[in-house]
Amino acid sequence: MKKVPNRNQFSKILGLSLIAFLLFVSPLTAQDEPAAEAATTEVAAGAGDAKNGKALFNQNCAACHALNRKMTGPALENVESRLSEDEGLGKEWLYAWIKNSPGVIKSGDAYANKIYAEYNQAAMTAFPTLSDSDIDDILAYTAAAPAAAPAPVAGAAQANATTTGSAGVSNEIILGALVLVFGLLVVMLLLVNKTLQRIAQANGIVIEKDSASKRTPIWKAFAQNQFLVLVTAIVLLLGSAYFAYGWMMQVGVDQGYAPIQPIHYSHKIHAGDNKIECKYCHSSARVSKHSGIPSLNVCMNCHKSVYEYTGNPEGPSQEDLANGYTNEFYTGEIKKLYKAVGWDEETQNYTGDSQPVEWVRIHNLPDFAYFNHSQHVSVAGVECQTCHGPVEEMEIMYQYSPLTMGWCIDCHRETNVKVEGNEYYEKIHAELSKKYGVENLTAAQLGGLECGKCHY
Amino acid sequence: MASNKKYWKNEAELNPNDSIVEALKQNEFVEQIPVDDFLGDKETLSSTNTNRRDFLKYVGFSTAAASLAACEGPVVKSIPYVVLPENIVPGVANYYATTIANGFDFASILIKTREGRPIKVENNTLAKIGGSANARVQGSVLSLYDSTRLQGPLANGEPVEWDVLNAAVKAKMGGLKGSAKKIAVLTQTYASPSTNRLMSDLVAANENVVHVTYDAISEDAALTAFENKYGERALADYDFEKAGLIVSFGADFIADWQGGGYDAGYSRGRVPKNGKMSRHVQLEANMSLTGANADKRVAMKPSAQKVVLAKLYGKLNGTSVGGNTSEYDVLVGSIATEIKKAGSSAVVVTGLDDVNAQAVVLAINEMLASKAFDVAAPKYVRKGSVKAVNALIADMKAGRVGALLMDGVNPVYTLPNAADFKEGLSKVDLTVAFSTNWNETTEAVQYVGSTNHYLESWGDIEIKKGHYSLMQPTIKELFDTKQFQTVVLELLGSEQTYYDYIKETWSSSVLNGASWNQALQDGVFSSDTMVVDSEGATQNVAAIAEDAAEVVTNTSMASAIRSLANTTSDGMELTLYSKVGMGDGQQASNPWLQEFPDPITRVSWDNYVTISKADAVELGVENVNVANGGMDGNYVKLTVNGVSIEQVPVVVQPGQAKGTVGLSFGYGKKVGLKEDMQTGVNAFTLYDGFNANQSVSLEKVAGNHEFACIQLHKTLMGRGDIIKETTLEIFNTKNHSEWNEVPVVSLDHQEVPATSVDLWDSFDRTIGHHFNMSIDLNACTGCGSCVIACHAENNVPVVGKAEVRKSRDMHWLRIDRYYSSEETFEGDNAKKDGFDGLFGDAGSLGGFGELEDPSANPQVAFQPVMCQHCNHAPCETVCPVAATSHGRQGQNQMAYNRCVGTRYCANNCPYKVRRFNWFLYNNNDEFDFHMNNDLGKMVLNPDVNVRSRGVIEKCSMCIQKTQKTILDAKRDGRVIEDGEFQTACSSACSNGAIVFGDINDEKSKVSELKASDRMYHLLEHVGTQPNVFYHVKVRNTNEA
Repeated sequence: MKKVPNRNQFSKILGLSLIAFLLFVSPLTAQDEPAAEAATTEVAAGAGDAKNGKALFNQNCAACHALNRKMTGPALENVESRLSEDEGLGKEWLYAWIKNSPGVIKSGDAYANKIYAEYNQAAMTAFPTLSDSDIDDILAYTAAAPAAAPAPVAGAAQANATTTGSAGVSNEIILGALVLVFGLLVVMLLLVNKTLQRIAQANGIVIEKDSASKRTPIWKAFAQNQFLVLVTAIVLLLGSAYFAYGWMMQVGVDQGYAPIQPIHYSHKIHAGDNKIECKYCHSSARVSKHSGIPSLNVCMNCHKSVYEYTGNPEGPSQEDLANGYTNEFYTGEIKKLYKAVGWDEETQNYTGDSQPVEWVRIHNLPDFAYFNHSQHVSVAGVECQTCHGPVEEMEIMYQYSPLTMGWCIDCHRETNVKVEGNEYYEKIHAELSKKYGVENLTAAQLGGLECGKCHY
Repeated sequence: MASNKKYWKNEAELNPNDSIVEALKQNEFVEQIPVDDFLGDKETLSSTNTNRRDFLKYVGFSTAAASLAACEGPVVKSIPYVVLPENIVPGVANYYATTIANGFDFASILIKTREGRPIKVENNTLAKIGGSANARVQGSVLSLYDSTRLQGPLANGEPVEWDVLNAAVKAKMGGLKGSAKKIAVLTQTYASPSTNRLMSDLVAANENVVHVTYDAISEDAALTAFENKYGERALADYDFEKAGLIVSFGADFIADWQGGGYDAGYSRGRVPKNGKMSRHVQLEANMSLTGANADKRVAMKPSAQKVVLAKLYGKLNGTSVGGNTSEYDVLVGSIATEIKKAGSSAVVVTGLDDVNAQAVVLAINEMLASKAFDVAAPKYVRKGSVKAVNALIADMKAGRVGALLMDGVNPVYTLPNAADFKEGLSKVDLTVAFSTNWNETTEAVQYVGSTNHYLESWGDIEIKKGHYSLMQPTIKELFDTKQFQTVVLELLGSEQTYYDYIKETWSSSVLNGASWNQALQDGVFSSDTMVVDSEGATQNVAAIAEDAAEVVTNTSMASAIRSLANTTSDGMELTLYSKVGMGDGQQASNPWLQEFPDPITRVSWDNYVTISKADAVELGVENVNVANGGMDGNYVKLTVNGVSIEQVPVVVQPGQAKGTVGLSFGYGKKVGLKEDMQTGVNAFTLYDGFNANQSVSLEKVAGNHEFACIQLHKTLMGRGDIIKETTLEIFNTKNHSEWNEVPVVSLDHQEVPATSVDLWDSFDRTIGHHFNMSIDLNACTGCGSCVIACHAENNVPVVGKAEVRKSRDMHWLRIDRYYSSEETFEGDNAKKDGFDGLFGDAGSLGGFGELEDPSANPQVAFQPVMCQHCNHAPCETVCPVAATSHGRQGQNQMAYNRCVGTRYCANNCPYKVRRFNWFLYNNNDEFDFHMNNDLGKMVLNPDVNVRSRGVIEKCSMCIQKTQKTILDAKRDGRVIEDGEFQTACSSACSNGAIVFGDINDEKSKVSELKASDRMYHLLEHVGTQPNVFYHVKVRNTNEA
């Protein structure tokens, strides 16, 4: 009975920590809302429709311009007011410039030529299709002050540290409580037993202890029964053989292998959130046996202009925050890319000082197995996800399939060969399907199980 | 009774006083084992910290740690390009057309590169001239990755910067300006329009520069004869395809004669078409590759060849050529009749290093108006002048040379008078050698310029007049190297790169408005206008020739004939030759070529004296096959003009003319080579006066040489069903069932064709692809480029001399060479069929023994043998783990990862084509060849497994190539056309002997060949139903 208050204490701690957790969490969600509101209120500031302007800006300008930093072209924040204040150039100049910048440069306009010279003589693309009102919208968007960076990120990180901490503690508490409860039960059982014995003693009942000693103990009986021993031995041996086999068969099978990569590259953000087609980056999968880890110049196709991570519209989820996947974290990873490829953000130039990225290879087929991506991707039209799993959901890439021979063979047995529209298959399919009396041929029927097709 | 028996354990027990026996009765060992030495000293034992228990702990711990560590999978790093080059897709091969021109081999080729690494040489089928790569060219890609290459310029053996070298040369050249001393540039033959222009630029800039061209193996006699007659220093070209009759006086034209490259045309003329094929008569001393392919081969001394040549000229010309002897009149008569009958389709060639002989041959071909003979567009692949080289050496010795630059030559090794040259070197103020490897010459000079391999260089080559090819780099320089031409441009103070320089040359004098990019892509360029030009030149040449001809016939020809006819022979004659594998020895550090077995002797890793059986008996030397399966031979000492080589091993060579011996160039290099590669003796020391024919004296010396010979059994033993042969006459007149008999077996006491009996049910292979390979024994010359191509394609390991000697060579494709025991194989068959009983004159016991000895001048046959991919394969049924199995497409597949190495399959293979990995041949210091260093491993084909120890490997019929072809077609959604399917050997065979394809495609070449009357399978009576088939060899024995 003494232990009861103790249990209360633990449940109190549990409850308190839960409250603390909720306390930390609520300000977090609360802070996101004002930020989002601010973003929407800004829109109303300019003369044009800033909302439409934003869309147009992202469509036409964002490849070369940002609001608050130099890229291929200058930063465009408050460009209209800046120009009229510093250079005395009005909207008309801007219209002319945006619609036909080479023309303005050719006309000998002083500021136009200055800008042209400043940005490595890279002429701005002419946008004759943009109407004046479109440009107004864009200018309205640029005039609106960009949203102040969400301030309490540090706080969030802190909070998230504590929350993860408290989660760990609570798990331990629950376990500890369970152990305690179990201990209590044992103690209680002993106590009950003792009490009963005492009662029995008090009542004068003699408990016959010796009766058990006359019978052979069960383990002795068991040892004497040879049949039982034999059966048990066989069962044990078979059981251990089964488990040993199972254990040995997974040696070298690295299903679920998810190593830490030198750059935290999120397939979820790229293939999932942004819906980038797999073969845009892994282009050699179409024609080569290798899917190919994209070279860094492929990354720079987008990351020349995508220089920071601004998160999905809803903001980082609880889970992301719990893992430390904040916007700053991702932006930091983009900076790692810049360092590797030798991209100087200031001058928007390659320094030539590059450092190849040493990725950790996840899918390791042994050397004696030949696998060709193009056969599966281009010829058979197999989705990447069939073997690589839901890559678009993987924050950290891992090996989805076991990549064992049995796994290959199963698929070859079940999968029909995609013969439609492929002249190569016409003759062989007609003849072979007739021979086997089937409508569709599987890869196996076409010889996809022969040793020499993969081992040479 | 029994207890009285005494059992003697040892002979020593007979002696009752033997102390050892007595001692052994008492003790286990005669002497005390000195255990006390290490256990007696209690103090040391107790003072040590490690006691027995600790020791066991350590053992246990380390074992546990090792096994735990083994459980952890390795972390594999994958590093993509930072910026992917536009034309590279990882995993897809790129091909570039380029040209090899190393002064000895000239060929237009394609280079297969993977991720920027050249890994394989292919023939450039666009090239009409020089489009076939021989074994050395096939192997040259490995020399690029030679770990012993020079990695930067050197000054007196110490690494320096290029600037230092350039400054030194520039200063010296400036200093010599206006002085009487020469600046000599000693180089290989370039045959390059741009380099020729560059050299004349150099001479123009520095008038004391002299450019001397030097060929290690000289064709000076032929060049001089041609120059005398036609006014240009070049070599007549021959198209053997057009020749109906080829008469060769010691010309090994299938191999390296006059720059080589003649085998493809020769082979095309050798395949019987419409009942016709060329006839080939060879008169020679050594058994050469060419002689082995001849229809009629006469073994004779070089001196006798000269006499016969002179007499032949007389006979054809109608003049009487005396000579001292009438010994050869019958032979001359028969050859002359044949030539007269053949008329303009006859051609005569000679390899004799004699200006007179070469002049006579030119005159004969001119007289015949031979269709195969082309002087209008001669070849430029040899240019070396003996006179100029000797003059240079004399100048050097006299101190008249101020600076010497060398490129592509190794005179200290290749000159017969290397000592003179070395002495001269010491009197030259500045000596610079440009070389890819450290060698005898780089050792003797002050500055060494490390040059590019040809696969890292730019260049242009005019192999034959009007036929240009381009050399382009297929990889960036691996080391700090520069090609000679670049350095010369720098010396000239030019800002141009050599690439620009070539482009300039081409646009001004070669292309004539044609596209440079197209020429570069094709690798070859022959301009039509050029041909017209050269025809114009022909007329000029012809006119000159006509003018000259009269003079020649009247005066110099008469003296030439006289001098030839009066050639006398004293004693033994030596004929120096170049081996198919080693050539002039430039690639001595190439393990593929070292291990390449000579097509004739089948010996690898060596050169040797070839001697006739009769002379061997006289001299008391022999070859013996010892118990471990190796061949041993005696040594002789060779002396030519007072120069001798002390210990040269002997190979008794059937077909070697009596009174002659042969020795190959290219071996005996010591400097800059790994120890394993330092094989053989240097024959250049005997190359007196640049004449390959020398009079020699032999002397047996003590010692026993261990050869690495992979074919000890020399004859066919009358088994005519292995190599089927017939004559052109029978082939034309009789039904194929007579000369290409299908073997019969007894079934139910009836003789039925072996092909009709089978143990197994047949598998229907009519659907999909069914690969077959055709090997035409008429077209196969035994040149062996397929062997090296197979090596390169399939990552076949090199095992080294000791292992080859134990028959553990790993070649997937071998070219068996058989000699006849009688005069002809036909004779062997007749003899075998005539055996009657065991003993007596016709007894088989003695008879088979006799059949083992090849004839003194045997017929020779070559037979490439690789896995026959039997449809009913004996190997597949005996494999206990099903590691080898059959594919629907006809390929006998081998899963290395499944093989446990029982070698049952190798035992059960009737063709003996399965090779066993006795050791781990990669990353193993015991086998320090290319697979033991990172550089050499770059040549490996990433699509083919590198096998480990303990597995069987064999020809896969290049399944990686057939699969790729299929995949490409699938991806493009198209049907595969004939000719797309290739194996490494079939694409390497420019002779057209090996044809590969799909027999389910009725229109394919291989189906057509399979339907041919000449088709037969190897060991057909075994019933293995191979997917490789051969074509009966037809010999043109029609005398006149």
